[in-house]
Amino acid sequence: MPKLNGAQIIISQLERQGIRLVTGIPGGANLPLYEALARSTTIRHVLARHEQGAGFIAQGMARSTGRPAVCFATSGPGATNILTALADAYLDSIPLVCITGQVARSLLGTDAFQEVDTYGMSMPITKHNYLVRSAADLLTILPKAFHLAGSGRPGPVLIDVPKDVQTEMVEFAAWPEHCPTTDHRPSDPKSIAQAALMINEASRPILYLGGGVIHANAAAEARQLAEQAAIPTVMTLMGLGILPNDHPLSLGMLGMHACRATNLAMEECDLLIAAGVRFDDRATGLISAFCPQAKVIHLDIDASEIGKLRPADAGITGDARHAFAGLLPLVQPRQRQQWIDRIHRLQEDFPRFLPQSFAPGKPFQLIRRVAELAGSEAVISTDVGKHQMWVAQSYPFTAPRQLLTSGGLGTMGFGLPAAIGASLAFPDRPVVCFSGDGSLQMNIQELATAVEQRTPIKIVVLNNQSLGLVRQQQRLFYQHHGFASSYSIKVDFAAIARGFGMRAVDLSGATDPDLLLREAMAEPGPCLINAPIDIEEEVTPMVPPGAANTTMIGDDYASN
Amino acid sequence: MPATEADCMAATPAGPTTILCLTVNNHPGVMLQICGLFARRAFNLEGILCTAIGRGDTSRIWLTVDATDKLDQIVKQLAKLEDVLAIEERPNAREQVEAMAMMLARIG
Repeated sequence: MPKLNGAQIIISQLERQGIRLVTGIPGGANLPLYEALARSTTIRHVLARHEQGAGFIAQGMARSTGRPAVCFATSGPGATNILTALADAYLDSIPLVCITGQVARSLLGTDAFQEVDTYGMSMPITKHNYLVRSAADLLTILPKAFHLAGSGRPGPVLIDVPKDVQTEMVEFAAWPEHCPTTDHRPSDPKSIAQAALMINEASRPILYLGGGVIHANAAAEARQLAEQAAIPTVMTLMGLGILPNDHPLSLGMLGMHACRATNLAMEECDLLIAAGVRFDDRATGLISAFCPQAKVIHLDIDASEIGKLRPADAGITGDARHAFAGLLPLVQPRQRQQWIDRIHRLQEDFPRFLPQSFAPGKPFQLIRRVAELAGSEAVISTDVGKHQMWVAQSYPFTAPRQLLTSGGLGTMGFGLPAAIGASLAFPDRPVVCFSGDGSLQMNIQELATAVEQRTPIKIVVLNNQSLGLVRQQQRLFYQHHGFASSYSIKVDFAAIARGFGMRAVDLSGATDPDLLLREAMAEPGPCLINAPIDIEEEVTPMVPPGAANTTMIGDDYASN
Repeated sequence: MPATEADCMAATPAGPTTILCLTVNNHPGVMLQICGLFARRAFNLEGILCTAIGRGDTSRIWLTVDATDKLDQIVKQLAKLEDVLAIEERPNAREQVEAMAMMLARIG
């Protein structure tokens, strides 16, 4: 009969779950866990420099592989630091298992050193959470946590383990069985049939795809549906990559920073086939004015999303891959020439890119050049801000899980640690992090982790010496009051990277910036590339927050 | 100020209500989960009664909730909580729940 302490039970269960890499930071309340981890022969530990960094490294692994990833933090500040990464995972439905140390049971509730109510604080930002009250409970909690994180609508699960639970000895008969990580309940055939009928009867349908399609590994089925019935397709930020960027039916991203033709096409559609999306306000704009002529089919694995913000004429609760597979035989092949012609007309009238967008030093030119140098196998992470929207608008994504970006929570500081996580998961693939000077400074300490772990990531800093998207909103909606949104000192990011032991180049003032960029991208190890961007470069067009998606301002076609 | 008779009466909800009956795992965080869900999703919660049942590892919770258009969301969001084992709408239990509320208000 195995006899182990709580910490050893946790580590053994992680090994049994196939976990080969854990990231985190030790502290007083999780030292027994680290003692057990040190004795593991199969799990490698990646020491982050800040618990938020650990949380986002785990996210980088989970987002790029689709499998639950694990992070550790100690009690008190360790736990509060990692909460942002959990909230981020919760809003984007990313499977994480976070294990935090807690003060001993006898000290719980006494305001002990480094005690916070981790259980209470993590409750609204996790799919489920546990405060473990005895080591024996860990035998069932660990498999359950992995099951919850990875099944249904994925999400983060937190397990808070008091220090004396980690050291408590337990003797038990056998390890519990694994819970399966996928659970498929078939969608209602009647709602599938009704949806198929609506698609067959529609004359101007649009397919609206989001992260749920990627979580369900349903990109191939979604593409088949689009092609079979000639349905123009928009993607949310989380859905980019489901259709390759250059696919003839792809209209790219919808919403606040969509290209004009995309939002105008949605205004005209008579059927919206929404799959794995939650009608987020950044995608829909003013929801009462979103696709006003359209009937709605809403397919989601989370029943509470259907009808939450927009009533659905047909709601399908279920896994996107199985639901698409059910729809495909019932959907008639179509050409839909009139609707496709209309879309082409809009795209000709309002082209996605203008020749001047690709002038040297312009964001699109830089992003496209990095894409050429990185190749189609590259995994791309972004931070949050202007650079993120420029990447979403212009990067030639070809596959799901290629873009790792903080969509729902919009967390600056996400990009660098997420890139490290992706590189740890896929050591042979190029990984590029597009960041901004504002975002990079929010988790810049993880440069040390990248160097220490020898993750060959390339960090491209689009440096406009400001909080660019904030400044843009102040310019547009607060009478040009650029308050607290630009930096009065010029940070030398290349020098900072070198200080961490990382190679770095600075494109500003370079006689041949393209040569420098090529050399940096070809570096065998991690490398930071500082790329100056004009502070006046804006993300266009823009739908003002709270306005309808047809109200697009700021580009050459706008009346403003 | 001495309590008047009205102070000791159960308050009348502002709008139409219905009764939800939940079966939940019985542990110290469950009430926090239920009440936290109502607070963060801006659902109205008019009343709550809770007691352990069976061998004590589950509890029965009676909720008096707003019966307006958010009811469908309330039920779906409650059903997603891992510790909520069963959920039923029980408008026919209103009389007993109201009698219980009256009694609670009167306990001196």
